[in-house]
Amino acid sequence: MLHELSFEVAQHQVVAIVGPNGSGKSTLLRVVAGLLPPDGGSVEIHGRPVDDADPRVGIVFQEPRLLPWRRALANVSFPLELAGVPPHSRRSRALELLHVVGLESFAQAYPHQLSGGMRQRLSIARALIRNPSVLLLDEPFSALDALTRERFNLELLGLWHRTRTTSLLVTHSIPEAVLLADRVLVLSARPATVVADVAVDLPRPRRPDDLDGAAFSRTAALVRAHLAAALEEELPATEPASEEPADILERSGSPAWFDPFRGDG
Amino acid sequence: MARLRAALPVIGLAIAFLLGWRLLVLLGGYPVFILPAPEVVGERLLRAWVQGTMTPHAVSTLTAIGWGFAVGAGLALIAGYLLARSPLAARLLSPYIVAAQATPILALAPLLALWFGTGLASKVVICALIVFFPVAVATMVGIRSVDARLLELGRSLRATRWQVFRHLELPAALPAILGGFRVGVTLAVIGAIVAEWAGGDRGLGVLILLARGSLFDIPLMFATLVTIALIGLVLYLLVVLAERRLIGAWR
Repeated sequence: MLHELSFEVAQHQVVAIVGPNGSGKSTLLRVVAGLLPPDGGSVEIHGRPVDDADPRVGIVFQEPRLLPWRRALANVSFPLELAGVPPHSRRSRALELLHVVGLESFAQAYPHQLSGGMRQRLSIARALIRNPSVLLLDEPFSALDALTRERFNLELLGLWHRTRTTSLLVTHSIPEAVLLADRVLVLSARPATVVADVAVDLPRPRRPDDLDGAAFSRTAALVRAHLAAALEEELPATEPASEEPADILERSGSPAWFDPFRGDG
Repeated sequence: MARLRAALPVIGLAIAFLLGWRLLVLLGGYPVFILPAPEVVGERLLRAWVQGTMTPHAVSTLTAIGWGFAVGAGLALIAGYLLARSPLAARLLSPYIVAAQATPILALAPLLALWFGTGLASKVVICALIVFFPVAVATMVGIRSVDARLLELGRSLRATRWQVFRHLELPAALPAILGGFRVGVTLAVIGAIVAEWAGGDRGLGVLILLARGSLFDIPLMFATLVTIALIGLVLYLLVVLAERRLIGAWR
């Protein structure tokens, strides 16, 4: 599925991975997390190989995957509980993280009492609680509506600004990738290889109106061109290129060529 | 006040039932050994409890139900888990479990009474047998329905097998298991009475036989039936209460 795929991520860097549907983006994340053994090759964090499910990795799945029978606080502290951390210290650490994601007043709520966005924030808090060296995000916003998603992206930017966690983000949204990441890796279809490594030259902290800037549009257009090449498809002639912010495409529904990226990666 | 209003139709239906019963006796003119009037049964029920006729039998039956349910449900939880998680166990055990369930307990009871005697043991065995199937099936279904994505989460957090069971599988399966308990607990009552009929020396089932036979006290027989029904009702409500406590908050 993956083939001669190799890349490095510097510390504190946020790298987005975009690629055609079925190119194995999610598989790649699972290999990095140690959930799937690679047929060959290796994954290393700070020079030490990842084997089995590595506690140095925090994962935010596509769905929040909260335990419905646990309150927010107990959901966030779940990884520490499994690791045998005593109740007192895991509680204070969980409260700290609830504060980081802005849910401290919902510590005693059950997941079904929270909105979709809040649930995903909880799962981010849970992924961060073991202080991971690497945070993996597997299309974490795909289940949210467009507006929530936008707000969420901004929250995530703020969160990264504070925690500076090295992150790998799989997404099928080009604007999202460009807005959030320092680098965008474009994968080809199966077998997946890295066909482009696009640096995002936008200063941090980023703001919502960055989406309308020329630098943003240029980068997004570049990523899209690489992606289209990876798909071996030509962009339609009427495609708005650099004049318009690319995320209009996202908000105003899906042009036909964009559809393949919907759903599972 | 709102609670009272909610209870009103329930009480109303109960009164209507008793009135209908009374009317039937009145219009039919049935003798007391065919259908005693509700107040006759009520008076006999009260007397049986006050005089201590009922108590030892009720205690004996309840003990059998308690142990039978505990043993049957306990074994069913283990079997249900194995059926869900081990294809080999499912292939090996399923035929026996289904065959045991398909054989009428009424036909088995005399044999079991012969093997285990007239005391508590045979009653517990029969109760356990009848409780086993619904709880085992409910557990199997519950464990199988655990979200694979939650299990992957557990794996990513390096949860041990026991932790996966304790924190993921058991709570996720609990609603289904408790559904099995609801069925199982009412069947346990039936199991106890059947066991007592098949050869018990004590218990509400025995008291029914006595009341119909040597005592020929039909109101007492009805009073015993009412007691049995009440036991079933209370046990069922206990399961419902447990459900509310355990899963009410997050469902």
